[in-house]
Amino acid sequence: MSATAKPLANTRSGTGIPTARLITWWVIASEIVIFGGLLASYVMHRIGHPEWADAASHTNTWAGAFNTFVLLTSSLCAVLAHKAADAHDGPRAAKLLRLTSLGGLIFLCVKGFEWTADIHEGFVLSSGGFWSFYYTLAGLHGLHVLAGMIIMLIVAADAAKNQELQRVECIGLYWHFVDIVWIFLFPLLYIAR
Amino acid sequence: MTTEAQMQAQPHVHHPNYVKVWAILVALLVVSVAGSLTHIRDVVLVAAFGVAVVKAYLVAKNFMHITVEKRWVPYLLIICLLFIFILFAGVAPDVMHHSGLHWTNPSANQAAQPAGGGVKRE
Repeated sequence: MSATAKPLANTRSGTGIPTARLITWWVIASEIVIFGGLLASYVMHRIGHPEWADAASHTNTWAGAFNTFVLLTSSLCAVLAHKAADAHDGPRAAKLLRLTSLGGLIFLCVKGFEWTADIHEGFVLSSGGFWSFYYTLAGLHGLHVLAGMIIMLIVAADAAKNQELQRVECIGLYWHFVDIVWIFLFPLLYIAR
Repeated sequence: MTTEAQMQAQPHVHHPNYVKVWAILVALLVVSVAGSLTHIRDVVLVAAFGVAVVKAYLVAKNFMHITVEKRWVPYLLIICLLFIFILFAGVAPDVMHHSGLHWTNPSANQAAQPAGGGVKRE
Protein backbone atom coordinates (compact mmCIF):
# COMPACT_ATOMS: atom_id res chain seq x y z
CA MET A 1 0.00 0.00 0.00
CA SER A 2 1.44 3.41 -0.88
CA ALA A 3 1.68 6.15 1.73
CA THR A 4 -0.96 8.25 -0.04
CA ALA A 5 -3.48 5.39 0.06
CA LYS A 6 -3.28 5.11 3.84
CA PRO A 7 -6.14 6.34 6.03
CA LEU A 8 -5.68 9.78 7.62
CA ALA A 9 -5.22 8.24 11.08
CA ASN A 10 -2.15 6.39 9.78
CA THR A 11 -0.47 9.47 8.36
CA ARG A 12 -0.54 11.87 11.31
CA SER A 13 0.02 11.77 15.02
CA GLY A 14 -1.00 14.28 17.66
CA THR A 15 0.55 12.24 20.47
CA GLY A 16 4.10 12.12 19.14
CA ILE A 17 3.88 8.35 18.82
CA PRO A 18 3.27 6.54 15.51
CA THR A 19 -0.31 5.30 15.33
CA ALA A 20 0.60 1.60 15.24
CA ARG A 21 2.69 1.89 18.41
CA LEU A 22 0.01 4.01 20.06
CA ILE A 23 -2.59 1.30 19.40
CA THR A 24 -0.23 -1.37 20.70
CA TRP A 25 0.18 0.49 24.00
CA TRP A 26 -3.62 0.80 24.30
CA VAL A 27 -3.96 -2.95 23.69
CA ILE A 28 -1.34 -3.60 26.36
CA ALA A 29 -3.15 -1.26 28.79
CA SER A 30 -6.41 -3.19 28.28
CA GLU A 31 -4.56 -6.50 28.67
CA ILE A 32 -3.12 -5.29 31.99
CA VAL A 33 -6.68 -4.92 33.27
CA ILE A 34 -7.72 -8.35 31.94
CA PHE A 35 -4.73 -10.31 33.29
CA GLY A 36 -4.36 -8.06 36.35
CA GLY A 37 -7.98 -8.68 37.37
CA LEU A 38 -7.56 -12.44 36.99
CA LEU A 39 -4.22 -12.50 38.83
CA ALA A 40 -5.58 -10.33 41.66
CA SER A 41 -8.60 -12.66 41.97
CA TYR A 42 -6.31 -15.68 42.07
CA VAL A 43 -4.03 -14.11 44.73
CA MET A 44 -6.91 -13.19 47.04
CA HIS A 45 -8.50 -16.64 46.70
CA ARG A 46 -5.15 -18.37 47.15
CA ILE A 47 -4.54 -16.46 50.40
CA GLY A 48 -8.06 -17.33 51.56
CA HIS A 49 -7.60 -21.01 50.75
CA PRO A 50 -4.30 -22.33 52.13
CA GLU A 51 -5.55 -25.84 51.28
CA TRP A 52 -4.94 -25.05 47.59
CA ALA A 53 -1.24 -25.63 48.33
CA ASP A 54 -1.93 -29.34 48.05
CA ALA A 55 -3.30 -28.93 44.51
CA ALA A 56 -0.52 -26.49 43.57
CA SER A 57 2.11 -29.05 44.57
CA HIS A 58 1.05 -31.16 41.56
CA THR A 59 2.19 -28.58 38.98
CA ASN A 60 5.48 -29.31 37.25
CA THR A 61 8.00 -26.63 38.30
CA TRP A 62 10.62 -27.81 35.80
CA ALA A 63 8.19 -27.56 32.88
CA GLY A 64 7.21 -24.07 34.04
CA ALA A 65 10.87 -23.04 34.41
CA PHE A 66 11.71 -24.39 30.95
CA ASN A 67 8.78 -22.48 29.45
CA THR A 68 9.97 -19.31 31.21
CA PHE A 69 13.41 -19.83 29.63
CA VAL A 70 11.78 -20.35 26.21
CA LEU A 71 9.70 -17.16 26.48
CA LEU A 72 12.67 -15.09 27.71
CA THR A 73 14.71 -16.35 24.76
CA SER A 74 11.90 -15.63 22.31
CA SER A 75 11.66 -12.11 23.74
CA LEU A 76 15.37 -11.70 23.02
CA CYS A 77 14.71 -12.73 19.40
CA ALA A 78 11.80 -10.26 19.18
CA VAL A 79 13.88 -7.33 20.41
CA LEU A 80 16.77 -8.27 18.10
CA ALA A 81 14.22 -8.26 15.26
CA HIS A 82 13.26 -4.71 16.30
CA LYS A 83 16.95 -3.74 16.21
CA ALA A 84 17.29 -5.26 12.72
CA ALA A 85 14.15 -3.41 11.56
CA ASP A 86 15.61 -0.12 12.86
CA ALA A 87 18.67 -0.88 10.72
CA HIS A 88 16.29 -1.42 7.73
CA ASP A 89 17.39 -5.07 7.54
CA GLY A 90 13.96 -6.60 6.84
CA PRO A 91 15.12 -10.14 5.97
CA ARG A 92 17.05 -10.46 9.25
CA ALA A 93 14.08 -9.05 11.18
CA ALA A 94 11.81 -11.61 9.47
CA LYS A 95 14.17 -14.46 10.36
CA LEU A 96 14.27 -13.38 14.01
CA LEU A 97 10.48 -13.00 14.14
CA ARG A 98 10.10 -16.55 12.83
CA LEU A 99 12.50 -17.74 15.54
CA THR A 100 10.33 -15.90 18.08
CA SER A 101 7.28 -17.74 16.72
CA LEU A 102 9.17 -21.01 17.04
CA GLY A 103 9.70 -20.15 20.72
CA GLY A 104 5.93 -19.69 21.04
CA LEU A 105 5.34 -23.06 19.40
CA ILE A 106 7.77 -24.81 21.78
CA PHE A 107 6.02 -23.07 24.71
CA LEU A 108 2.60 -24.33 23.57
CA CYS A 109 3.91 -27.87 22.96
CA VAL A 110 5.34 -28.04 26.50
CA LYS A 111 2.03 -26.69 27.83
CA GLY A 112 0.19 -29.35 25.81
CA PHE A 113 2.29 -32.17 27.32
CA GLU A 114 1.87 -30.69 30.78
CA TRP A 115 -1.91 -30.38 30.49
CA THR A 116 -2.21 -33.89 29.05
CA ALA A 117 -0.36 -35.27 32.09
CA ASP A 118 -2.51 -33.19 34.47
CA ILE A 119 -5.75 -34.36 32.84
CA HIS A 120 -4.60 -38.01 32.86
CA GLU A 121 -3.97 -37.65 36.59
CA GLY A 122 -7.56 -36.45 37.00
CA PHE A 123 -6.91 -32.74 37.45
CA VAL A 124 -9.43 -30.99 35.23
CA LEU A 125 -11.05 -27.54 35.17
CA SER A 126 -13.72 -28.64 37.68
CA SER A 127 -11.35 -30.42 40.10
CA GLY A 128 -11.25 -27.46 42.49
CA GLY A 129 -10.68 -23.76 42.80
CA PHE A 130 -6.95 -23.95 42.14
CA TRP A 131 -7.39 -25.95 38.95
CA SER A 132 -10.09 -23.56 37.68
CA PHE A 133 -7.67 -20.66 38.02
CA TYR A 134 -4.76 -22.72 36.68
CA TYR A 135 -6.50 -23.66 33.43
CA THR A 136 -8.12 -20.23 33.00
CA LEU A 137 -4.94 -18.24 33.57
CA ALA A 138 -2.62 -20.53 31.62
CA GLY A 139 -5.24 -21.06 28.91
CA LEU A 140 -5.87 -17.34 28.36
CA HIS A 141 -2.12 -16.76 28.31
CA GLY A 142 -1.69 -19.62 25.83
CA LEU A 143 -4.29 -18.04 23.53
CA HIS A 144 -2.30 -14.80 23.62
CA VAL A 145 0.85 -16.71 22.71
CA LEU A 146 -0.97 -18.34 19.78
CA ALA A 147 -2.37 -15.00 18.57
CA GLY A 148 1.08 -13.41 18.85
CA MET A 149 2.66 -16.23 16.82
CA ILE A 150 0.13 -15.86 14.00
CA ILE A 151 0.46 -12.06 13.84
CA MET A 152 4.26 -12.38 14.01
CA LEU A 153 4.35 -14.70 11.00
CA ILE A 154 2.20 -12.23 9.03
CA VAL A 155 4.47 -9.33 10.02
CA ALA A 156 7.54 -11.44 9.16
CA ALA A 157 6.20 -12.07 5.64
CA ASP A 158 6.07 -8.31 4.98
CA ALA A 159 9.34 -7.62 6.79
CA ALA A 160 11.15 -10.15 4.59
CA LYS A 161 10.29 -7.86 1.65
CA ASN A 162 11.43 -4.78 3.65
CA GLN A 163 7.80 -3.64 3.92
CA GLU A 164 5.95 -2.25 6.96
CA LEU A 165 9.03 -2.58 9.18
CA GLN A 166 7.43 -0.38 11.88
CA ARG A 167 5.15 -3.33 12.68
CA VAL A 168 8.15 -5.37 13.89
CA GLU A 169 8.47 -3.19 17.00
CA CYS A 170 4.71 -3.30 17.66
CA ILE A 171 4.42 -7.08 17.62
CA GLY A 172 7.59 -7.18 19.73
CA LEU A 173 5.97 -4.93 22.37
CA TYR A 174 2.97 -7.26 22.50
CA TRP A 175 5.24 -10.31 22.81
CA HIS A 176 7.25 -8.78 25.66
CA PHE A 177 4.00 -8.08 27.49
CA VAL A 178 2.95 -11.73 27.07
CA ASP A 179 6.40 -12.63 28.46
CA ILE A 180 5.86 -10.36 31.50
CA VAL A 181 2.48 -11.99 32.21
CA TRP A 182 4.19 -15.40 32.25
CA ILE A 183 6.96 -14.03 34.51
CA PHE A 184 4.21 -13.53 37.13
CA LEU A 185 2.22 -16.68 36.31
CA PHE A 186 5.27 -18.90 36.83
CA PRO A 187 5.81 -18.13 40.55
CA LEU A 188 2.07 -17.95 41.22
CA LEU A 189 1.18 -21.32 39.68
CA TYR A 190 4.42 -23.29 39.91
CA ILE A 191 6.47 -22.02 42.87
CA ALA A 192 4.17 -20.65 45.61
CA ARG A 193 2.90 -23.75 47.41
CA MET B 1 3.26 18.37 14.00
CA THR B 2 5.58 15.49 13.19
CA THR B 3 4.24 13.24 10.48
CA GLU B 4 3.93 9.49 10.79
CA ALA B 5 6.50 8.94 8.04
CA GLN B 6 9.06 11.17 9.78
CA MET B 7 8.59 9.36 13.07
CA GLN B 8 8.91 5.94 11.48
CA ALA B 9 12.07 6.92 9.61
CA GLN B 10 13.88 7.72 12.87
CA PRO B 11 14.61 4.91 15.35
CA HIS B 12 13.46 6.27 18.73
CA VAL B 13 15.50 4.01 20.98
CA HIS B 14 19.11 3.27 21.72
CA HIS B 15 19.65 -0.49 21.57
CA PRO B 16 21.54 -1.83 24.60
CA ASN B 17 23.36 -5.17 24.76
CA TYR B 18 20.27 -7.36 24.64
CA VAL B 19 22.15 -10.64 25.07
CA LYS B 20 23.56 -9.36 28.37
CA VAL B 21 20.04 -8.43 29.55
CA TRP B 22 18.79 -11.88 28.52
CA ALA B 23 21.65 -13.55 30.44
CA ILE B 24 20.69 -11.58 33.59
CA LEU B 25 17.05 -12.65 33.13
CA VAL B 26 18.05 -16.32 32.81
CA ALA B 27 20.29 -16.01 35.91
CA LEU B 28 17.31 -14.55 37.81
CA LEU B 29 15.18 -17.48 36.63
CA VAL B 30 17.78 -19.88 38.07
CA VAL B 31 17.68 -17.92 41.37
CA SER B 32 13.87 -18.19 41.58
CA VAL B 33 13.91 -21.96 40.88
CA ALA B 34 16.80 -22.52 43.34
CA GLY B 35 14.93 -20.48 45.97
CA SER B 36 11.84 -22.64 45.52
CA LEU B 37 13.91 -25.77 46.24
CA THR B 38 14.83 -24.52 49.73
CA HIS B 39 11.21 -25.00 50.92
CA ILE B 40 11.77 -22.13 53.40
CA ARG B 41 8.61 -20.02 53.11
CA ASP B 42 10.23 -16.56 53.23
CA VAL B 43 13.05 -17.53 50.87
CA VAL B 44 10.56 -19.05 48.41
CA LEU B 45 8.35 -15.93 48.45
CA VAL B 46 11.26 -13.51 47.94
CA ALA B 47 12.87 -15.73 45.29
CA ALA B 48 9.57 -16.13 43.47
CA PHE B 49 7.88 -12.74 43.63
CA GLY B 50 10.81 -10.41 44.34
CA VAL B 51 12.69 -11.86 41.39
CA ALA B 52 9.52 -11.73 39.21
CA VAL B 53 9.19 -7.98 39.82
CA VAL B 54 12.86 -7.43 38.92
CA LYS B 55 12.53 -9.57 35.77
CA ALA B 56 9.38 -7.71 34.68
CA TYR B 57 11.15 -4.37 35.21
CA LEU B 58 14.15 -5.50 33.15
CA VAL B 59 11.92 -6.64 30.27
CA ALA B 60 9.83 -3.43 30.37
CA LYS B 61 12.90 -1.18 30.55
CA ASN B 62 15.26 -2.91 28.13
CA PHE B 63 13.03 -4.83 25.70
CA MET B 64 9.92 -2.59 25.66
CA HIS B 65 11.98 0.62 26.11
CA ILE B 66 9.27 2.05 28.33
CA THR B 67 11.64 4.53 29.95
CA VAL B 68 12.26 6.33 26.65
CA GLU B 69 8.62 6.25 25.56
CA LYS B 70 6.43 9.38 25.81
CA ARG B 71 5.76 10.05 29.48
CA TRP B 72 2.00 9.44 29.29
CA VAL B 73 2.52 5.82 28.19
CA PRO B 74 3.94 4.65 31.56
CA TYR B 75 1.31 6.84 33.26
CA LEU B 76 -1.43 5.04 31.30
CA LEU B 77 -0.07 1.64 32.31
CA ILE B 78 0.34 2.71 35.95
CA ILE B 79 -3.31 3.89 36.02
CA CYS B 80 -4.40 0.47 34.76
CA LEU B 81 -2.33 -1.18 37.51
CA LEU B 82 -3.93 1.19 40.01
CA PHE B 83 -7.38 -0.09 38.99
CA ILE B 84 -6.19 -3.60 39.82
CA PHE B 85 -5.05 -2.50 43.28
CA ILE B 86 -8.42 -0.80 43.84
CA LEU B 87 -10.17 -4.05 42.83
CA PHE B 88 -7.92 -6.02 45.18
CA ALA B 89 -8.38 -3.62 48.09
CA GLY B 90 -12.15 -3.58 47.62
CA VAL B 91 -12.77 -7.30 47.23
CA ALA B 92 -9.90 -9.05 49.02
CA PRO B 93 -11.15 -8.51 52.61
CA ASP B 94 -14.32 -10.48 51.79
CA VAL B 95 -12.57 -13.19 49.76
CA MET B 96 -9.50 -13.76 51.93
CA HIS B 97 -11.55 -14.27 55.11
CA HIS B 98 -14.37 -16.77 55.52
CA SER B 99 -16.27 -14.85 58.17
CA GLY B 100 -16.66 -11.28 59.43
CA LEU B 101 -18.56 -9.23 61.98
CA HIS B 102 -22.04 -10.02 60.65
CA TRP B 103 -21.41 -12.66 58.00
CA THR B 104 -19.99 -16.11 57.34
CA ASN B 105 -19.17 -17.97 54.17
CA PRO B 106 -20.10 -21.62 54.91
CA SER B 107 -19.06 -22.97 51.50
CA ALA B 108 -15.59 -21.42 51.79
CA ASN B 109 -15.28 -22.81 55.33
CA GLN B 110 -16.32 -26.22 54.06
CA ALA B 111 -13.82 -26.07 51.21
CA ALA B 112 -11.05 -25.17 53.66
CA GLN B 113 -11.60 -28.42 55.56
CA PRO B 114 -8.80 -31.04 55.13
CA ALA B 115 -10.87 -33.04 52.62
CA GLY B 116 -11.67 -29.88 50.60
CA GLY B 117 -10.13 -28.23 47.51
CA GLY B 118 -7.69 -29.86 45.17
CA VAL B 119 -9.29 -33.28 45.43
CA LYS B 120 -7.77 -35.74 43.03
CA ARG B 121 -10.30 -37.42 40.77
CA GLU B 122 -10.00 -41.14 40.26
